Amino acid sequence: MNLVTVSGPPSSGKTAVILKTIDSYKRQNINVGVIKFDCLHTDDDFLYERAGITVRKGLSGGLCPDHYFVSNIEEAFAWGQKEGFDILISESAGLCNRCSPYIKDVKAICVIDNLSGINTPKKIGPMLKSADIVVITKGDIVSQAEREVFASRVSTVNPRATVIHVNGLTGQGSFELSTLLYDRDLDTESLKGKELRFSMPAALCSYCLGEKRIGEQYQMGNVRKINLEEN
Amino acid sequence: MSRSVEELTIGEILEKYPFASAYMEQHNLEVEGKEHLSLGEYLASFSEEEIEDRALDGPAVMLGLREYIARMLSFLGADEQKVRSLTILPGTNKSGEPEGFEEFTIRTGEIIAIVGPTGSGKSRLLGDIEWVAQRDTPTNRQILINGEKPDQKWRFSTSDKLVAQLSQNMNFVMDLTVEEFLHLHAESRMVENRKEVVGKIIACANDLAGEKFDLTTPITSLSGGQSRALMISDTAILSRSPIILIDEIENAGIDRKKALSFLLSQEKIVLMATHDPMLALLGHKRIVIRNGGIDKIIDTSEEERTMLGEIEKVDRKVQNLRASLRRGEILTKDSF
Repeated sequence: MNLVTVSGPPSSGKTAVILKTIDSYKRQNINVGVIKFDCLHTDDDFLYERAGITVRKGLSGGLCPDHYFVSNIEEAFAWGQKEGFDILISESAGLCNRCSPYIKDVKAICVIDNLSGINTPKKIGPMLKSADIVVITKGDIVSQAEREVFASRVSTVNPRATVIHVNGLTGQGSFELSTLLYDRDLDTESLKGKELRFSMPAALCSYCLGEKRIGEQYQMGNVRKINLEEN
Repeated sequence: MSRSVEELTIGEILEKYPFASAYMEQHNLEVEGKEHLSLGEYLASFSEEEIEDRALDGPAVMLGLREYIARMLSFLGADEQKVRSLTILPGTNKSGEPEGFEEFTIRTGEIIAIVGPTGSGKSRLLGDIEWVAQRDTPTNRQILINGEKPDQKWRFSTSDKLVAQLSQNMNFVMDLTVEEFLHLHAESRMVENRKEVVGKIIACANDLAGEKFDLTTPITSLSGGQSRALMISDTAILSRSPIILIDEIENAGIDRKKALSFLLSQEKIVLMATHDPMLALLGHKRIVIRNGGIDKIIDTSEEERTMLGEIEKVDRKVQNLRASLRRGEILTKDSF
């Protein structure tokens, strides 16, 4: 089975891109499953089901979504194998721009949209910088010039990635993307022993454990103070 | 043999490859005052905590810089590969039936209209061209450039895209003035004589637009016609893409005929998805798309060409009425 991790800021078009890409696989009789990771709520599983795609969802709730991802991806992978998929696509939102659920030797896709602004590429951390493929969406509603500037910024931040434009509405570009995701000759047997490409953001303070009160005496663990003295 | 990027100091890198400063900036690396260090030494100077906080991946930054420099050098050094013609070899429609043409070649300076209902396969045709399909897409079409099997670079290069698009629902979204915006675009295209190019774009955009605007206007407050005029003139002059796809140009506040002839003067191939009779008949030929395939290719007939004159007259009349309304005048039957 191939595993592909798709990640990107909320509302960048991940689900639309994946749905259109899977359309191409269906025509080639390639069996695809989706595992959707989200934080509090998602209806995307219905969208997948409506398209006839086998899907499972996991909500991290009060936990950091990417920590939740990495603690569950092995089980999700085993589920995909049991279902007999040729390719399992994991979808997760990079909520703080610092996270990235990418695993070494597992194809990593970052989806970002033209509307997010030209300074966005540099604000996004490993989620963009260490992706193998960057998919840029919503190109049909901004000018050609903005598309070119945005794509060139993305390439500057991550020169090694393949940058591809996909229109989540018409599907333009999704067939092309599909040829880059699936490798017939690749069969990942297990995730055991594999490593994340980049460490998850650290978070271990009293607030992680449910503290609600404001004030220095309640702050314990990994706490850092803002510097207001200078800029 | 020149030394590799790893061996150079940051100062030497920036001197040799001035464009590398954009890479440093986009990676939030404050290299000022660190010019005497190598990039490796500079990266090693960060503490464990800083590395964690900045989500800094040293080896990746290093590899990325090498790749970035290689890309930029090939972009700057590459002789612009002149696209003189585009050839489409037929594949099949959604039902697997062969398309209704033998071989179709479009040359620079030609306008081709694309007609057919929504969902009939216009996006796929465009996708095939952009991806320079080699019988490896759902339509099984093949695309040739200058009569030959093209370089695969067109598929993945971000700086050299085959097709530039101008569509009906496009808007400017950046919070910049016209001048800042054009400079930004010119910068990303590595243009050297920016001031001159920017001046040329604005002059040409104003020539196309019904209402004039200047360099200090914020791009988001341009009218629909002004935006389109600026997009067309900017794409024609700054974009390296040899093929331009236009998805309907609204008939408001812009001289469409002039816009098209301007694009053609820049040696572009113009594909135009439109059902507007004036635009469609301006095309030399039109591609009829049905059921996911090219059903037929029609040459604009003599009769149609004669009709074009009439249609243009009507179009001019409507434009004049529009201009009168803008000036606050009262329309009379005579003015029609």
